[in-house]
Amino acid sequence: MQLNSKVPSGPIQGKWEKHRFDMKLVNPANKRRYKVIIVGTGLAGASAGASLAQMGYEVDCFCFQDSARRAHSIAAQGGINAAKNYQNDGDSVYRLFYDTVKGGDFRAREANVYRLAEISASIIDQCVALGVPFAREYSGYLANRSFGGTQVSRTFYARGQTGQQLLLGAYSALSREVALGRAKVNTRSEMVDLVVQGGRARGIIVRDLVTGELTAHSADAVVLATGGYSNVFYLSTNAKGCNATAIWRAHRKGALFANPCFTQIHPTCIPVAGEHQSKLTLMSESLRNDGRIWVPKKKGDTRPAAQIPEAERDYYLERKYPAFGNLVPRDVASRNAKEVCDGGRGVGPGGLGVYLDFAEAIGRLGENVIRERYGNLFEMYDRITAEDPYRQPMRIYPAIHYAMGGLWVDYNLMSNLEGLHVVGEANFSDHGANRLGASALMQGLADGYFVLPYTIGDTLARVSPADRLKPDHPAFTEALDEAKERGRRLLGINGKRTVDSFHRELGKLLWDNCGMARSKESLTEALARIPQIREEFWANVKVPGGASELNQSLEQAGRVADFMELAELLCRDALTREESCGGHFRVEHQTEEGEAQRDDANFSHAAAWEFTGADTAPILHKEPLEFEYVHPAQRSYK
Amino acid sequence: MKLTLRIWRQDGPRDKGKFVAYPVDDVAEDMSFLEMLDVLNERLTLKGERPVAFDSDCREGICGACGFMVSGVAHGPQKLTTACQLFMRHFKDGETVVVEPFRARALPVLKDLIIDRSALDAIVQAGGFISARTGSAPEANAMLIAKPVADRSMDAAACIGCGACIAACPNASAMLFTAAKVSHLGLLPQGQPERRQRALRMVAKMNELGFGGCSNHGECEAACPKGISIDFIARLNRDYLSGSLFEKPEPLSSV
Ligand SMILES: Cc1cc2nc3c(=O)[nH]c(=O)nc-3n(C[C@H](O)[C@H](O)[C@H](O)COP(=O)(O)OP(=O)(O)OC[C@H]3O[C@@H](n4cnc5c(N)ncnc54)[C@H](O)[C@@H]3O)c2cc1C
Ligand code: FES
Repeated sequence: MQLNSKVPSGPIQGKWEKHRFDMKLVNPANKRRYKVIIVGTGLAGASAGASLAQMGYEVDCFCFQDSARRAHSIAAQGGINAAKNYQNDGDSVYRLFYDTVKGGDFRAREANVYRLAEISASIIDQCVALGVPFAREYSGYLANRSFGGTQVSRTFYARGQTGQQLLLGAYSALSREVALGRAKVNTRSEMVDLVVQGGRARGIIVRDLVTGELTAHSADAVVLATGGYSNVFYLSTNAKGCNATAIWRAHRKGALFANPCFTQIHPTCIPVAGEHQSKLTLMSESLRNDGRIWVPKKKGDTRPAAQIPEAERDYYLERKYPAFGNLVPRDVASRNAKEVCDGGRGVGPGGLGVYLDFAEAIGRLGENVIRERYGNLFEMYDRITAEDPYRQPMRIYPAIHYAMGGLWVDYNLMSNLEGLHVVGEANFSDHGANRLGASALMQGLADGYFVLPYTIGDTLARVSPADRLKPDHPAFTEALDEAKERGRRLLGINGKRTVDSFHRELGKLLWDNCGMARSKESLTEALARIPQIREEFWANVKVPGGASELNQSLEQAGRVADFMELAELLCRDALTREESCGGHFRVEHQTEEGEAQRDDANFSHAAAWEFTGADTAPILHKEPLEFEYVHPAQRSYK
Repeated sequence: MKLTLRIWRQDGPRDKGKFVAYPVDDVAEDMSFLEMLDVLNERLTLKGERPVAFDSDCREGICGACGFMVSGVAHGPQKLTTACQLFMRHFKDGETVVVEPFRARALPVLKDLIIDRSALDAIVQAGGFISARTGSAPEANAMLIAKPVADRSMDAAACIGCGACIAACPNASAMLFTAAKVSHLGLLPQGQPERRQRALRMVAKMNELGFGGCSNHGECEAACPKGISIDFIARLNRDYLSGSLFEKPEPLSSV
């Protein structure tokens, strides 16, 4: 298989402009004859749905929550980047592009990243027009803050609820299209399979989560906007429902899965409290602007923070990285936290935590300013831990947060399957091996508002709505039967363990063996264990209830079954990538100072995996990455 | 600690439903209410019983998916807190806790604690938006918005659409939910052109869907996990009144 990224020729500054001109257009009068399915109503899906419906396409959206507004994007706290240079601090499209490529540790496609930076400014304009109440200065102008890993202030925010406000903007735009009859939103509807026929995506199979009914949906193009797969680790900062089923089912039907091992660990989460823990809570990275991270200098120092004198504290990030200090990128901050905890200097229960201390900032700025900036985050922390961060430092620890990997897409955001587009976190495109803070919201909305609406036209213009398959075509009826059979099988096992117990076991194995630090040994062990867990799952899981009813255990069982397969690919990818880069840290590959060591000679590529069967090895395809503009260098934040 | 949970069990929309008591003997203080239900569900599953169905997703108090009545109070006894952020340290050993779904004619029960809130989406579809076609937006800083105005708009925009205000209201009115959206958009300069129509359309939809009227009980504000102020209802009433006086309800147009 030849991977064609379809990156336009010419200087990077003109590629998108040229491409927009070169792409085919669908005649305005014909647009309403084309039907597009969009799975997912997060930032990427809702913005795409609203935009495509406005253009005149017939749009059919699906989400598993009870409302489009509840997609996981709602939980994003910190902000969204854009190269507006409102702060006059030297920001530019080129700098945002440069920062993103460098932050991604040179494992992203330059042309895509440049386009993202180019579009970023229009996103803010669009969101403001839709009524997103971004933070303002007293002058009435938009406010910015700086966000982990950059030295310019380019992040726009709405208190600590930026994702909520951006999503409500896109959701309201989509709601308007629903009212006009141009879009439909099917809630409590889960895509359980992709239908492919003649090498083209033809539609999807959907389970109605209230009645259990399985139905076939046919369209001229299918868009997956189904978010990331961090929940393969069980404990992550993602919402409980986030899952990989849509992209994994598409992968099984032929879509290549790229860079699955590029997962991001967020340095500032509330540490695990106990066995019952169902998810982890992120404390926005913006806290690192004013909080100082430290641990005691002495091992096993159990004194309360207040009793540890200044001289006996190690502000290790400030010490090791004087230029960036507490604002080093996420992977660097996370790894250093693990290192000090592994060295016995961690704080709190189990020694799995480091302090994030606001005492100095409160002294300098006053409690009011800190409350204004982070009030809601402090409250959330207090509510969960019953500790008051105005009086004592927060305890934080890294947790899985974001998936840079995802389905492989070309410059048009189309997978290798004709007619299957993938947007938002579900694709692998723009963040390389590490995503910078506030860039996921930017990418989701760039994809949905300003990229897909153009590129999908190029796909649709090549097909005729008359060739759309009828939902009773054998390709659909076979897929329906398969989905029915899978449900029957899961319900019929009637074993002795719950779905959750398998998910926890899988997640713990992944976190221990394929988390912040990975080695040949740990990965080989995981690759031996996962098939055993999977086998036991299919022999011993207990799924109560029936297929024709609201059955949350059955929903979860299907998702966990897919996670089991994805976990294996994740570890295989991590084992194959014999280098460290971004969020992927192989202990065998580090510099003398313990920093990630890339191997550009052998691994400057996207690893795109082809599915060959649940029990057979996948095939690796490589898309070489060329860096014409940003010269790969060892990242340094010293 | 030991608790007795009296939980509403209802197989489906047409089932009558009833309370069933479940003793839970090992509730930890740092569990969230939902984590406690998770633990109960694991046990029920292993015993071959049907687990309790309830909605949740973010578990951070922002998506609005969770929510039920805890001993008669929407989202439970902690002020400004969703059920997913309610921690068990606020309960006492030996307590009996009654758990039942939000009840309102317009939000029917689907199963156990899960309700159908699609009526809230329908209210937003009726007018809870600013019509700004993708690509048509002017430069963001071309329009200045005074900080207090933006902040006030954000106060209203913080609504998570959980439905607690409706469950708490003796009339099962959706006024606070609707008022929050009308105020969020109506406070902003971008929201002015459609301001009156928005109020007319959303209120009409609300009435059509079977939500009750507002008689100023104020229970909604007390139950709101996001502290949305009842003052916004006064704003909605003003917009609705001026809409009724000066404009006729017009159908939504695509251009
Ligand atoms: C706690 C937290 C804070 C964050 N903060 C920030 C931040 O400050 N800045 C930033 O840039 N990024 C942030 N991120 C990352 C960012 O929020 C996400 O990457 C982004 O919102 C993903 O958007 P999306 O549209 O791709 O997917 P999502 O918002 O995850 O939406 C997925 C959609 O797909 C649907 N779906 C999934 N599977 C199926 C299926 N099988 N069938 C039907 N529907 C399905 C869901 O119902 C949902 O509608 C944060 C992430 C987390 C976890
Ligand atoms: S689960 Fe999202 S608000 Fe409670």
